[in-house]
Amino acid sequence: MSAPPVSTIIDKEKYYRIWVFEPGAKSDSPLIFNLRELTSKKTPAILPGHRLCAGCAAPIIVKLASFAFRGPTIVVSPTGCLEVSTTVFPYTSWAVPWIHNAFENAAATASGIEASIKALKKTGRIKYEHVDIVVFAGDGGTYDIGLQALSGAFERGHDFLYILYDNEAYMNTGIQRSGGTPKYAWTTTTPVGRVQPGKLEHRKPIAEIMVAHKAKYVATATPAHWVDLMKKVRKGIEVEGPAFIHALSSCNRGWRHDLEIALEVLRRAVDTCYFPLWEWSPNTGYLLTDRSLAIARNPALKQPIEKYLETQGRFAHLLKPENKHLLRELQEYVDSVWEDLLKRASNAPR
Amino acid sequence: MIPKVPLDKQIRLNVNGDEAVAYAAKQCLIDVVAAYPITPQTIIVEKFSEFVANGEVHTEFIAVESEHSAMSACIGAAAAGARAFTSTSAQGLALMVETLYIASGLRLPIVMALVNRALSAPINIHCDHSDAYLMRDSGWIQLFVENVQEAYDTTIQAFRIGEDERVQLPVAVNLDGFFLSHTMENIYILPDDVVHEFIGGYRKPPVVKIDYLNKEVSYQLNPAYPLTIGPLDLYDYYFEHKIPQIIAMENALSVIKEVNEEWFALTGRRYGNGLIETTYVEDADVIIVIMGSSAGTVKQVVKKRRGRGEKIGVVRIRSFRPFPYNDVAEALRNAKVVVVMDRGLSFGSFGPLYLEINASISDLSVKPMLLNYIYGLGGRDLSPEMIERVIDEATDVLKRGVIPRKISFVGVRE
Repeated sequence: MSAPPVSTIIDKEKYYRIWVFEPGAKSDSPLIFNLRELTSKKTPAILPGHRLCAGCAAPIIVKLASFAFRGPTIVVSPTGCLEVSTTVFPYTSWAVPWIHNAFENAAATASGIEASIKALKKTGRIKYEHVDIVVFAGDGGTYDIGLQALSGAFERGHDFLYILYDNEAYMNTGIQRSGGTPKYAWTTTTPVGRVQPGKLEHRKPIAEIMVAHKAKYVATATPAHWVDLMKKVRKGIEVEGPAFIHALSSCNRGWRHDLEIALEVLRRAVDTCYFPLWEWSPNTGYLLTDRSLAIARNPALKQPIEKYLETQGRFAHLLKPENKHLLRELQEYVDSVWEDLLKRASNAPR
Repeated sequence: MIPKVPLDKQIRLNVNGDEAVAYAAKQCLIDVVAAYPITPQTIIVEKFSEFVANGEVHTEFIAVESEHSAMSACIGAAAAGARAFTSTSAQGLALMVETLYIASGLRLPIVMALVNRALSAPINIHCDHSDAYLMRDSGWIQLFVENVQEAYDTTIQAFRIGEDERVQLPVAVNLDGFFLSHTMENIYILPDDVVHEFIGGYRKPPVVKIDYLNKEVSYQLNPAYPLTIGPLDLYDYYFEHKIPQIIAMENALSVIKEVNEEWFALTGRRYGNGLIETTYVEDADVIIVIMGSSAGTVKQVVKKRRGRGEKIGVVRIRSFRPFPYNDVAEALRNAKVVVVMDRGLSFGSFGPLYLEINASISDLSVKPMLLNYIYGLGGRDLSPEMIERVIDEATDVLKRGVIPRKISFVGVRE
């Protein structure tokens, strides 16, 4: 077992190391959870110096996910914050082969890469045990404009892991609502006005939609629950066929919170059951994981939805006295989704 | 000159245009085909699927859920080092337009058979060139064929042209919907090994120098070295990155000619100089300029009129992009009247081919009179009688020396 072989590209800058896999390299990089060991043995696929905002959760997700890569890996990103901020020519933050095609076609692009690797392997032109393909896509490129390509690729069964970093709006263009924006959230296209309290619709249950595709593996995750996230990424890579991870990704610009509390906000999303952590595979069905499993075992741990909402300016209006009914409605919605999940999760206490 | 593979060593096949393209694709060691059904292109992917199902090719076939994804998958595949192919028509092409620009901008030599069909609305499945004109500025090489034999020949040539290190651009092979796609013709095809040799075996992506690697590597997604493909490129570099694309298109002019000559040495078949094909132009007073399958009918009518001593010639444009301005100007140098026949038009303007011919002759000291005839929209047939009338009108313009109207519509009911 070996960590990814790396090559330093800037003298004396030990963090600027790219991943180099000689032909024939095995996919046997171990999963490491001991922080000291992890930071000494692994380098991330995303390098320092990228231009994502301070306090953005997206690069943390990418970094943690890449610690769970098992070997030779190609990354695909559709248009979005991550793409524009990590590849401003002539710079790149990617230590692995990376491609951006367009906004709505990350999954189709991944399909083509996967087919290409198959054909090249078949004819002896590429010599790796595995070449893993991982997509990092935002909510716009997944829930909305990219849903068709995603659905098509999963139906066809291509072998890749699609990681959605969900900041719940079009943050790259300036906080417009998407199919992933939660109900009553403020965005620049769902402003809080005299007659409308933010977005009027619930977000799509995107991970459930991918479960309905009978993917090989589906999970939810946050970078605040990093061991859980890394384990899930490794599972998603190891299964043969399409896998999907829905990772909640706080955005201090769009969610209107202080930039140092990104992970605290995500922790509260799980603590309030607004964003439960679970995984699903055809063999196991739904399984609660990490903090959500703890809450299922000890319901006293479950926090009221205000604990999550109060961290973010986009929900500030919901905490005003005149909007109590909206808050109640949201709490009831979160509870019903959570209860429904408890019924389906086979490891939830009966 | 005896071709390297004389006709008796070539294989006779009775196929329609779509099948001819599929047979050519089968012989081109394609790694990935990603395609979506649309009339009149569908036979190509159906036939190719049979080759895949019977294990006759090593190709990975991706039956995508849309044309946008077809081109997206081809881009992913080509970026990962594959030789990629797709085919489409009309609405399918319109859907993939966004990614056409990405394929050329990323310099990926994908080959696409575009079976020409009219764009909606009204919806129509038959031939015109409005789809090809739609992708005019997308950075693709656009070749137009006249018959089924040429569809086969050009599909193979397209890989050589696109993958040439001086070019590295995607290529669209245009064949007229139904007139060629669904019309049987006896053609000659080459043995597989001859085609493999002609296209240089499996695709070899070009070599690029990467500063942070301090070495030259193959331009592809490869875990042996990380390349970032498709980065954000702003006002400080974007413009410079468009210049090599412009130069590559210019280079394609000579590469198309070279490949045409090589094909001639190999098979005994060539198409003019590869860019344009001229018939009776040397002493012609009236020259008809046209693209696609109707060129055959026009040549037939012109041949008949030549028999009556009328000085008429034909220029068939084979390469619409890059457009061979110099070759066209040379061919039209001595003409007095030039009739440009467009199977499509730019609303509020002329036929796109007319605009190119106008640009081609602009530097001639004595310019011919230029007429634009729009014909065959939505698959309307261009009959020999219609061509006769066009020639009559052009001859009248020649006699009177005045142009009654610059743009006319052939065979349209009052």
